[in-house]
Amino acid sequence: MRITQGTFSYLPDFTDDEITKQIQYCLDNEWPLSVEFTDDPHPRNVYWEMWGLPMFDLKDAAGVLLEVNACREAHSEKYIRLNAYDARLGRQTTALQFIVNRPTEEPGFRLDRQEGPDRQIRYTTHAYATERPEGERYRTNGKPDSKANGSK
Amino acid sequence: MADRWSAGVIPYAEMGYWEPDYVPKDTDVLCAFRIQPQEGVPAEEAGAAVAGESSTATWTVVWTDRLTNYEHYQAKCYKVDPVPNAPGTYIAWIAYDIDLFEEGSIANLTSSIIGNVFGFKALKALRLEDMRIPTHYVKTFQGPAHGIVMEREWLNKYGRPLLGATTKPKLGLSARNYGRVVYEALSGGLDFTKDDENINSQPFMRWRDRFLHSMEAVQRAQAETGEIKGHYLNVTAGTMEEMYERAAFAKEIGSIIIMIDLTIGYTAIQSMAKWARANSMILHLHRAGYATWSRQKNHGVNFRVLAKWMRLAGVDHIHAGTVVGKLEGDPNAIRGYYDTLRLNHVAADPVTGIYFDQDWQSMPGVMPVASGGIHAGQAHLLLHHLGEDVVLQFGGGTIGHPSGIAAGAAANRVAVEAVIKARNEGRDFLKEGDDILKQAAKKSRELDVALATWGDISFNYESTDVPDVVETPTNV
Repeated sequence: MRITQGTFSYLPDFTDDEITKQIQYCLDNEWPLSVEFTDDPHPRNVYWEMWGLPMFDLKDAAGVLLEVNACREAHSEKYIRLNAYDARLGRQTTALQFIVNRPTEEPGFRLDRQEGPDRQIRYTTHAYATERPEGERYRTNGKPDSKANGSK
Repeated sequence: MADRWSAGVIPYAEMGYWEPDYVPKDTDVLCAFRIQPQEGVPAEEAGAAVAGESSTATWTVVWTDRLTNYEHYQAKCYKVDPVPNAPGTYIAWIAYDIDLFEEGSIANLTSSIIGNVFGFKALKALRLEDMRIPTHYVKTFQGPAHGIVMEREWLNKYGRPLLGATTKPKLGLSARNYGRVVYEALSGGLDFTKDDENINSQPFMRWRDRFLHSMEAVQRAQAETGEIKGHYLNVTAGTMEEMYERAAFAKEIGSIIIMIDLTIGYTAIQSMAKWARANSMILHLHRAGYATWSRQKNHGVNFRVLAKWMRLAGVDHIHAGTVVGKLEGDPNAIRGYYDTLRLNHVAADPVTGIYFDQDWQSMPGVMPVASGGIHAGQAHLLLHHLGEDVVLQFGGGTIGHPSGIAAGAAANRVAVEAVIKARNEGRDFLKEGDDILKQAAKKSRELDVALATWGDISFNYESTDVPDVVETPTNV
């Protein structure tokens, strides 16, 4: 399956050039960028791991792309997203957020149902990936993700 | 001039309701009324009559006025301007002291200002065009249960319009079939699906059955896509008790959003907004019935006023027009509505029909909803006219897709993402829109089929209502 979180998940994955253009748009709007990664793509997993602090002072699109690629190298088998933040009064929230890296296989989710009285059902969305411990959730060629355990 | 206190009838203008030298206070509620006086009634007298009848006056002199500090409570018409190219029509500007209104009550505000005057014989027609709510009064209202920013953070969706669809046919589907439409549309790529305004709890589908099947569909679609999804469960009912019961059940089964119709009334809306904030539920408002009194240019209440009332009352979503769809809407006027709902400060602008500066003092914005006769082939036009903070609802444009509902949903999502991408890349997305969509369709069979089906459909009719206090063309 393909997780469709983020602004552009229904388009083909972006090339570095396409990512750079989006970064430039964010910089032109004075939105600082940040990179985050996770191996738990549950829709309610709000806090992905931060790849360093938001790049408040980095105004160069190529420099931001370097960080994206460094994170990709360290976490090639994880989800990585690029965020732009709008700190203006009245917004003070994320302005744009899109996935720039996915694991080779996306196992997706199972929906668990607990049947209750009067036809009610309690639902749990269960990410198959989280059946394994953190850091061992996505494997390529039978080997765990090379730089595991979530740190840079 | 007759003695102000002689028994009998004297003109409103002579009773203190016409005060051309009055300087409105920052705390005053200000109104701009479009008035058409009867033959022989001077514009100033008509404006004074509106001020009088919407505040302290009755048709004759009453001595009991003298028991009050009546000048404080009298509304004051301080200006009348003729409308260009509309003989016999004027804009009357009226100021009301804030003491005339109960804190936090749309019912009281509206009973005062539109309660009595619209049937007044001295006027052929009367329309409330705009209202300036002083921030002192704004602060007495809850405002949106969550607002645009909180909604986006809760949904984890940024940087693009949200996408929705209303389940069709509006009436007659069983709960099981209804849930099928919800599932297909959400798993295909929409963020929201919606009950229609007249889906409440009829013999063909009772509310509880609909809620249960819709939530099964929502949860399945979430697991299918890894995205947060929602279905607006319409809790509109005959009594508050029934609405609370339905809303509580929606919460119990895990819905993130409920909806109400404008027909339930202002007080019920405010009650549901309080409930929605207390129970973490996004609140969608369908403006059912509004056009009965907002569409005609010479009589009624302009939608921009309702938009302000509903922001105060505390809804998170409100239908506010599409420009390009099947329902009435001039592009500049709609821009004015969207600004009123979304911005923190809205400046007076005759082009967009905004008569007063309005400061919302950080009250969260309401997410406008564009619904009715829109399709994927218009994605660039919709982004141009409506911007990014909007729910685009493609009902027929999703469910009517020849390859199925999920394909229709995917087509809409691809179209919107492609146009956002192109805009961010600095392209002239309005001019190049057709090309951007055609290129995206090469990678998306669903969009390709949608463009082939609806690419040429548009609804080009003259608007019945365009801003006209300045002579400015309002063409797209």
